[in-house]
Amino acid sequence: MRDVEKAWPALSDSTYLGKRSPRPAGPDKVSGKAIFTADVNRPDLLHVKFTLNPHGRAEVRGIDVADAARMPGVVVAKPLVAAGDEVRYAGFEVAVVAAETEEIAREAARRVRVEYQPLPHNVEDRDPEGLGEWKNEGRARGEGDVEAGFAAADQVVEGRYGAPIITHCCFEPHGSVIEFRGPEQIDAWFSTQRISSIGGDLAKETGVDPARIHAVCEHLGSGYGSKFQFDVWDRECARIAQQTGRPVKVMLDRDHELMAAGSRPSAFADVKLGVKQDGTLTAWESRSWGSSGDSDRGSLRLPYVFTNGLPNRQQHTAIRTNTGPSRAWRGPGHPQMCLITMAALEDAAAALSLDPLDLFRKNLGLTGRPEVYAEELEIADRLMGWKRRWKPRGQGEGPVKTGLGLSMHTWGGRGHDSQCRVTLSSTGRVDVACGTQDMGMGSRSVLAVVAAETLGLPLDLIHVQLGDNRLPQSGASGGSTTTGGIATSTRTAAVDAANQLIRKAAPELGADPAECVLRDGEVLVANDSDRALSFGDACALIGQEPIVGNGRTDPELMTEGVGGVQMAEVKVDVETGVVEMVKLVAVQDCGTIVNLTTAESQVLGGCIMGISSALYEERIMDPVTGDCLNADLSRYRLAGIGDVGEIVVHMMQTDEHHGRGVIGVGEPPVISPMAAISNAVANAIGVRVPYVPLTPRAVLSALGGVK
Amino acid sequence: MTDPQGFSRRKFLKGVGVSALAAGALQGAVPGQTKKDEKAAKEAKAVGPGPVPIELEINGERHQLEVEPRVTLIDALRNQLGITGAKKVCDRGVCGACSVLLDGRAAYACSILAISAQGRKIETVEGLSKQGRLSKLQQAFVRHDGAQCGFCTPGFVVASESLLRRRSRPSREEVLEGLGGNLCRCGTYKGVTQAVLEAGGEDQ
Repeated sequence: MRDVEKAWPALSDSTYLGKRSPRPAGPDKVSGKAIFTADVNRPDLLHVKFTLNPHGRAEVRGIDVADAARMPGVVVAKPLVAAGDEVRYAGFEVAVVAAETEEIAREAARRVRVEYQPLPHNVEDRDPEGLGEWKNEGRARGEGDVEAGFAAADQVVEGRYGAPIITHCCFEPHGSVIEFRGPEQIDAWFSTQRISSIGGDLAKETGVDPARIHAVCEHLGSGYGSKFQFDVWDRECARIAQQTGRPVKVMLDRDHELMAAGSRPSAFADVKLGVKQDGTLTAWESRSWGSSGDSDRGSLRLPYVFTNGLPNRQQHTAIRTNTGPSRAWRGPGHPQMCLITMAALEDAAAALSLDPLDLFRKNLGLTGRPEVYAEELEIADRLMGWKRRWKPRGQGEGPVKTGLGLSMHTWGGRGHDSQCRVTLSSTGRVDVACGTQDMGMGSRSVLAVVAAETLGLPLDLIHVQLGDNRLPQSGASGGSTTTGGIATSTRTAAVDAANQLIRKAAPELGADPAECVLRDGEVLVANDSDRALSFGDACALIGQEPIVGNGRTDPELMTEGVGGVQMAEVKVDVETGVVEMVKLVAVQDCGTIVNLTTAESQVLGGCIMGISSALYEERIMDPVTGDCLNADLSRYRLAGIGDVGEIVVHMMQTDEHHGRGVIGVGEPPVISPMAAISNAVANAIGVRVPYVPLTPRAVLSALGGVK
Repeated sequence: MTDPQGFSRRKFLKGVGVSALAAGALQGAVPGQTKKDEKAAKEAKAVGPGPVPIELEINGERHQLEVEPRVTLIDALRNQLGITGAKKVCDRGVCGACSVLLDGRAAYACSILAISAQGRKIETVEGLSKQGRLSKLQQAFVRHDGAQCGFCTPGFVVASESLLRRRSRPSREEVLEGLGGNLCRCGTYKGVTQAVLEAGGEDQ
């Protein structure tokens, strides 16, 4: 018997797969109906706030919560540190309060008295010189004959590049709402990237049976990699809920969020690149450094993308800074490695008076997927008009200079473990249930598109459920692993359900199940479309027990490994130092595209987040006190709607790409913008601005030769 | 036991910053109200610090509630009335996620005290879909995928509505300027721009 095939339909045969469709949650999101964890209010709710350490590093001499505890409306005021404890970054939680209102809780947190003895601290990571005890120098490593590589070079080009610590800055802050329904049952709402498993952490904390914890995250105000953990604020929320028997809510204030709830490590490097006159790269040597906060670990893999067979030697130094801990930030490590590598290549091209596009093409043999990059470079060239418009560095007239820059990136994006359940009831209702989460990438759309495609139904007949730990378990959303996982688990679940329905319907049609297909809202005989049952009539045959199709991640339906090319055009005013984005072209492959609309949105979003980090973002620490100087959105700048210029996205969607299998696309597009924009600025003004963000001050300093 | 150099001074300065910003944002958001506000301030009698009864008109309905005078409009809406469409993100009058319409013009609800919103017509994103039907603008947001995580989206919808009420067919430049008071972290700007242009009837 031939079952409904699980293989993805060809692009020419598909109704929804790879086509455009609106995301199912759109109407709820634009009308304020979508409920995020931040929106959950429970009767008799307590609000939690924290007192934060303001020093880079200090010893706690004493802590007194009595004033806070005495305030009317305060229910809990509790120190989280004791005399003698060391606190190691500004923003570290030293006390927690719970009160009847958010305002009272915030005031009470301010009234906690803490005496500190400041200790020597370090918040410097831009320059490793003189940081003796704060740095951990890693061993040199590498491969190939670097000496021979440099000996074969016509030129050795040197440069310094880097990117500072930035934050995730999720708009929905980290937080949770926890409510005991009696001593042995918990309802909990988390703003989390792993709803299926976070209840386990809560179980461990409270001693409640994991099976009696209901955890929900219906909508997630994003995470970008910072919302995997069961954090100290969740722990305190749980403890206070258990202690008081009342529902408790914690949502971090913005300063707390920016200081403590996630950052991206900094990365800087001195690079020596050997290159022949024709642009062929011969050797790479780098000494890099950076900080992941209060940690002496961290590494970079350099060079980036151009890795296969280029002799290289590198050494990395991890710098311990008294700053909030780092967390995975969209494409961990890649944007920084990309900036360092692509800037060095562009500087080499400039030194040789070559067009960097030619230099990149010359060296595609060093990449993992030369044909894909070649094709993507060609498309980007056409969309940007690069070959027609590129000029050597610093040749513009007048004070406002135009420049073009280029970059390439790569990512894995293999799907994670996921389970899905597709239920068909006798009324014709279709439910797709998956314990995944939607943080904005469009998970609901993936479930709906795949189910509709497989069952031959209109998209709006599919009821999608996610964001709940009672649904079939699905992995955490990180590393662009979600789409591959949930698309394939949904596909296999829907195929299972479809085959069961066909077996019910085939006798009615007087056909063998192997002859039947689901198409256009009907169960029909493939070669005889007159013999058909509507989907509803077929479902009427199901009876009392619904059809349940179960599915899991299927490696045969997904794959990994993407490329991607981006080209930036900027205008730089050399009198003011202001950089203006004119255009960003992003050419991206990601195998089988599920929904072209949401895939493109992921790329647009990555580009914009990347522009923001290239031009504006930096967490600024006070070297004297160690406190964070810009823990609010008026001083931690993000790109606004008028700052991003024109963005052109081209998704690679040929039969060949479509035939590869599903790959996630959340991370790749955020990797290249810093590099492409830094290169465009260098092309415009004639000198390299070594570090992003490319602020007016940084641009003017570079133009003035100020180090 | 206290360390005034350590935390109190900093928190105090921060507090000053907030109120100064709030006043600025309020005046900026509602031009022409400044003189009236000044006059009202002179005549006003002190209230608080305890909860005071107030009445707010939200989406055409009157709501009676008790708030401490320090409670912002966004916190009153979200925490007390359960009207959670408008979001709190920066709490400093920067990002616009908390935007509501005050007498038809977009305003930052994080920078207005609930008590001072009395007597004004407040519209939130929930009020823009009449009888549960999405407005033309909201439909355009859906069509152009103007929402990713969706947390900033209600603010963008409200700010766009305000723009379209002032200027029915804005140009691209006017859209970019009109939505300059809102921020998005996921990067929905292109879809938002297209949605507002389409809802305004301008050719894209």
